[in-house]
Amino acid sequence: MPNITGVSAVDELSGPERHGPPQGNRASTGRLGDRIFSGTARGAGILVIAIVTLVGVFLLSQAIPALAKDKVNFLTSTQWNVDATPLQFGIANLLWVTVLSSALAMVVAVPLGIGVALFITQYAPRWLRGPAASLVDLLAAVPSIVYGLWGLQVLGTHMDGIQGFLIKIFGRLPLFQDAGVAAASTILTVAVVLAIMVLPIVTALSREVFAQTPTTNMEAALALGATRWEMIRTAVLPFGKPGVISASMLGLGRALGETVAVTVILSALAGSAPWSWSMFNGGETFASKIANNAAEFDSPQKAGAFMAAGLVLFGLTFIVNAVARAVINRRKAFVE
Amino acid sequence: MKIQSRRRIANVTGVALVGTLALAGCGSNNNTTATSSGSSSTSASSTGCATGTLSGEGSTAQKNAIDQAITDYQTTCPGATVNYNGTGSGAGVKQFTAGQVAFGGSDSALKSVPVAGATVTEQAAADKACGSPAWDIPMVTGPIAVVYNVKGVSKLILTPAVSAKIFNGVITTWNDPAIAAINPGVTLPATAIKVFFRSDSSGTTENFTKYLAAAAPTAWTAASGKTWTGKGEGKQASSGVSNAVKATDGGITYTEWSYAKDDQLAMAQIDNGGGPVELTAPAVSQALSLAKQAGTGNNIILKLDYTTKAPGAYPILLVTYEIACSKGKDAAKAKLLQSFLKSFASSGEQAKLVTIGYAPLPANIQGQVNTAIAALS
Repeated sequence: MPNITGVSAVDELSGPERHGPPQGNRASTGRLGDRIFSGTARGAGILVIAIVTLVGVFLLSQAIPALAKDKVNFLTSTQWNVDATPLQFGIANLLWVTVLSSALAMVVAVPLGIGVALFITQYAPRWLRGPAASLVDLLAAVPSIVYGLWGLQVLGTHMDGIQGFLIKIFGRLPLFQDAGVAAASTILTVAVVLAIMVLPIVTALSREVFAQTPTTNMEAALALGATRWEMIRTAVLPFGKPGVISASMLGLGRALGETVAVTVILSALAGSAPWSWSMFNGGETFASKIANNAAEFDSPQKAGAFMAAGLVLFGLTFIVNAVARAVINRRKAFVE
Repeated sequence: MKIQSRRRIANVTGVALVGTLALAGCGSNNNTTATSSGSSSTSASSTGCATGTLSGEGSTAQKNAIDQAITDYQTTCPGATVNYNGTGSGAGVKQFTAGQVAFGGSDSALKSVPVAGATVTEQAAADKACGSPAWDIPMVTGPIAVVYNVKGVSKLILTPAVSAKIFNGVITTWNDPAIAAINPGVTLPATAIKVFFRSDSSGTTENFTKYLAAAAPTAWTAASGKTWTGKGEGKQASSGVSNAVKATDGGITYTEWSYAKDDQLAMAQIDNGGGPVELTAPAVSQALSLAKQAGTGNNIILKLDYTTKAPGAYPILLVTYEIACSKGKDAAKAKLLQSFLKSFASSGEQAKLVTIGYAPLPANIQGQVNTAIAALS
């Protein structure tokens, strides 16, 4: 009976065995195995933090001398002139292309990923669930150079129509202006390919959280007369929200940092090209800019300029993840 | 519906396969030519063989040429192993200066003025690393083709001024009067001109813009350098720009000769003022023979004459150098390097490079190169 009133079974014990459930640090019994395990776990944690910090320190130490000599505003300038003195470089173009391509990719990938995850966990017949999940996961195993070639040579040839249609309807908005770049090589095409690349990440994690929705919640919703969709909306989606957000952020990190596929597909623009907000323009992302020029870092100053760009990408990814973490923490209360 | 989607999957796999094959093709391409012609080569056997392992790194522009030379040298001298890593000229100079490799490959000679942000010149840093003067030895001549894809146009002549105006976006359609004036008898369509350039920093871009800046100083006002300063769309590497032109009606770009030949792209004839010149190996060698020696003694730095009006000389080309220590720190390695370079510069080997898209060194420069190689110790 005491069990029901919340008194734990331990209270019933008497004598030397009487101690509460292990808690926190006191959980360690001091045995060798425990000490080795807690030591390695702590070591792994410290190692990850150390690696990230050292990457940051490396980027900073390389970037600062070049940044000090930069004669234009690093964040707002669109110039990139690192061969000559005075040194002039700014990341406005890179930042816009990186953010736009990744954001568009998320607009496509997140709803699609959630849909696929819901289908696999809620709608698909049991025999289909395993194979369907494996197939989506398989997308993650395709090398990014293959995505790049596919995007340029297959997807690209079909983008003309879509792009022309969008320009015809929304052409007056700055985001949809025709920039004269071949349809196979625009930011939009890159975004679609990036969406396919992040799809397995979003799907796999969303699937896991949706599958863990308490059966009681779902049955309760159904018992109250909810349809399948209403049950998903009231029980599955709210429960899975933090998981979906963190899955999206993980995917966004991949999209922001993707290099090879972007380098192959996206048309770079010459330095003199006018600024454009359009998603039908070309350009370079942080990662593709560095990749395009990495072979010719012949002076520390030049390398420093590219490292500074890399540092911004590092910072951008960090901010995105921090925001995601904050969102998840705020939602937690609702779930539990 | 099912069949259709299955076919689509087949298409996708097909492309992926083609992509992989194309990539694999890059690596195996040279080997086949090497084996077919390697056995007939006896010119290298006159070189004294040396043994050991030698490593070099740098320019990708000469990668195919040096791979061919290495295959031939190793066939003649089974005791020797030469490795070359095509990572880019900047990386080659850096690794050479750091003492990591025995020789560096570069699209440009070691600079004797400090690059932005550095305190010592490349030449001084390399001399210090060697403990003796470091020499630039020109070895591979890479012709740069101006390729275009315009429906119905199989012959096109370009002057420096018109090229410059096309590549900086002043001339925008193919039937522009300026193009028509130098191409009498050719029917030019009203197609828009699509300029493609190398988005990665490259020696090809540097030499092409140097040509435009030298031969058309009024029309080409942008700077010359490894990064493109004109107009157009950037594509990655020679394969990227070549494929883009092949797929785009109205496209034009500059690319290495071997890519122009492999992709069967139409090449423009260049008229510097001495009549239109088609891109051929002798035409390129002739233009290179007019280059001036800007270095001292055995440090051979070639100053190309981009403005040459000599009839039959094709002026757009790049030269890659092997950078080596005049006195090697390791005697055995130095001997191997000397022996390898001697075989590389030999007439037999140079002539063989024509089949893979390079031009042979002209006799006058080959003479200087041989003298420099003989003086290595």
